[in-house]
Amino acid sequence: MNSPFRHIPLRALAGMFAVATLVAGCSTPGGPEQTAANVVDRSPGKPVVATPTIAPITTGELSGSVLATLTDPKSVLSKRSIYFDYDQYVIKDEFKPLVDAHAKFLASHADYKMLIQGNADERGSREYNLALGQKRADALKQALKLLGVRETQLESVSLGKEKPKNEGHDEAAWAENRRDDMLYRDATKPAGEF
Amino acid sequence: MFIGANAMLFSLRKLLTLLLAMLALLALPARAQLSIEITGAGANRIPTAIADFQGEGLLPQGVTNVIRTDLERSGLFKLVDTGNKPMPENAQPVFGDWKSRGADALVVGSVLAAADGRYEVRFRLYDVQKQVQLAGFTYLTGAGQYRPTAHRISDVVYEKLLGEPGVFSTRISYVVKSGKRFELQIADADGGSPQTALASHEPIISPVWSPDGSRLAYVSFEAKKPVVYVHSLTTGQRHVVANFKGSNSAPAWSPDGTKLAVVLTKDGGSQMFTVNADGSGVRRLASSGGIDTEPRYSPDGQFIYFTSDRGGSPQIYRIPAAGGDSQRVTFDGSYNVTPRPSPDGKTLAFISRNNGRFQLAVQDLASHQIQVLTDSAKDESPSFAPNGRMILYASEIGGRGVLAAVSLDGRVKQKLSIQAADVREPAWGPFQK
Repeated sequence: MNSPFRHIPLRALAGMFAVATLVAGCSTPGGPEQTAANVVDRSPGKPVVATPTIAPITTGELSGSVLATLTDPKSVLSKRSIYFDYDQYVIKDEFKPLVDAHAKFLASHADYKMLIQGNADERGSREYNLALGQKRADALKQALKLLGVRETQLESVSLGKEKPKNEGHDEAAWAENRRDDMLYRDATKPAGEF
Repeated sequence: MFIGANAMLFSLRKLLTLLLAMLALLALPARAQLSIEITGAGANRIPTAIADFQGEGLLPQGVTNVIRTDLERSGLFKLVDTGNKPMPENAQPVFGDWKSRGADALVVGSVLAAADGRYEVRFRLYDVQKQVQLAGFTYLTGAGQYRPTAHRISDVVYEKLLGEPGVFSTRISYVVKSGKRFELQIADADGGSPQTALASHEPIISPVWSPDGSRLAYVSFEAKKPVVYVHSLTTGQRHVVANFKGSNSAPAWSPDGTKLAVVLTKDGGSQMFTVNADGSGVRRLASSGGIDTEPRYSPDGQFIYFTSDRGGSPQIYRIPAAGGDSQRVTFDGSYNVTPRPSPDGKTLAFISRNNGRFQLAVQDLASHQIQVLTDSAKDESPSFAPNGRMILYASEIGGRGVLAAVSLDGRVKQKLSIQAADVREPAWGPFQK
């Protein structure tokens, strides 16, 4: 069962590096993305874009800023879905950087918990699809654990085919519905998932 | 200023319209009732005359039509024209007349006001060919109880003429989805008198009746994950039966009503457990590396049928209810799921994928002979009538969820739908005690 994830730890470092560059890229909209360094493009004819990277000073982490990293559309952590092929439960390479980013966040924020909701497309029995969605949720949970997230921070559940993202009945809709959604909860607060 | 006020007025009106629309939506499911359409009938229907009950004008609505509709919808009776002339229950029928009308059976009845404000509904059933009375009963009933009384009369007629109990007095449950709203509803087997047991903004699936008909177990997603509840229909109270870390689903009652088989993922994977009806005493039933789900007890309580992908594709297996070795039950095709043993334990209904179409099929458990009963493409969740004659299941017509029923021989067919709503997850309740 675990064979699809054997290689994840080997790639974890590379993945995390990829995420770091991705985050830096996001913080400089319109700027160069090929490097995380503070580069000012001075090619003739191009506008001068200053991209200062000022590290925010924090005295202890403000939960507001943590919230922002999870919900700001510019933050990679605001991306909460990964998608699967038909009858497949293996996390595709294209989603590994995202999984790495969430693993890194959870590993360094013990107060946060994640509810992983697996989903299936509409074809077939409701309960069997619930079990298929669970396999997808479990696959992500396993991947996050291998990246150092504590078991107690994770719960994998399934919504089966009951909560389609796309209500359509074609392959394009089904592809959107074969997915895991990641919901966060701040364990120190009574408020629900976001 | 002027534009602003106008815009505000406009938005107020919009808001009002929206509110009214929302109110209408909320009110809709309560009024909406399953309408039943007969799409196929049995080969040898018994020609039956049901004379208008004399004096039924005393009741808010007549019983005659309820009985006629019951019997006709079963697909096993052919109604004989009675000339709409009421015939009192105590009059001696002129059998020759009924014979010439083509009737083999005759029902006559009367409604009388009883001294205590209730009503006496009397009826007799005759065999026209043999010219003998087959049954005769009197029911004391309140004015609001005319439908249950009519269903009981239908049950007597059905049983006397066909030799097996009727299911007209039983109830069904199903889930109605209208917009984002889900309702678990309970209605008479003919779709009448619908009541809502649970309304939610999250999905409700897998309702199943306790053997005594007093409770429903189901899976609700109101906690952002599947949780199994048992809901008492008499008190309207419910309690959690399984809410472990992970998913909790697929409840099935043991025939004695003390336990449920459920599927839990708390220990990894979707695996079957048994749990007492109060949520105590969780015990693992089986262990497999893959998916085990959709457990369902055999009526004698000896076995649990279930769906598993342990052989590479979803197939139906059975395991002794006390645990032990599993046996594979289905072998044809690559997708056989949702096993439902018949009340006599001789037949297994399930959903089979044939060329990408999900269809209701039955397998004779002795001969292993399989018959596909439908030509639809999205069948789900079969549920046997308690007399084993019909199977109720969910299907889809024109993109909308409907319920359908088909007889075991595939001949009698009905469609049950609600205007502008999806109906799914049917469960046929037990005989009324």
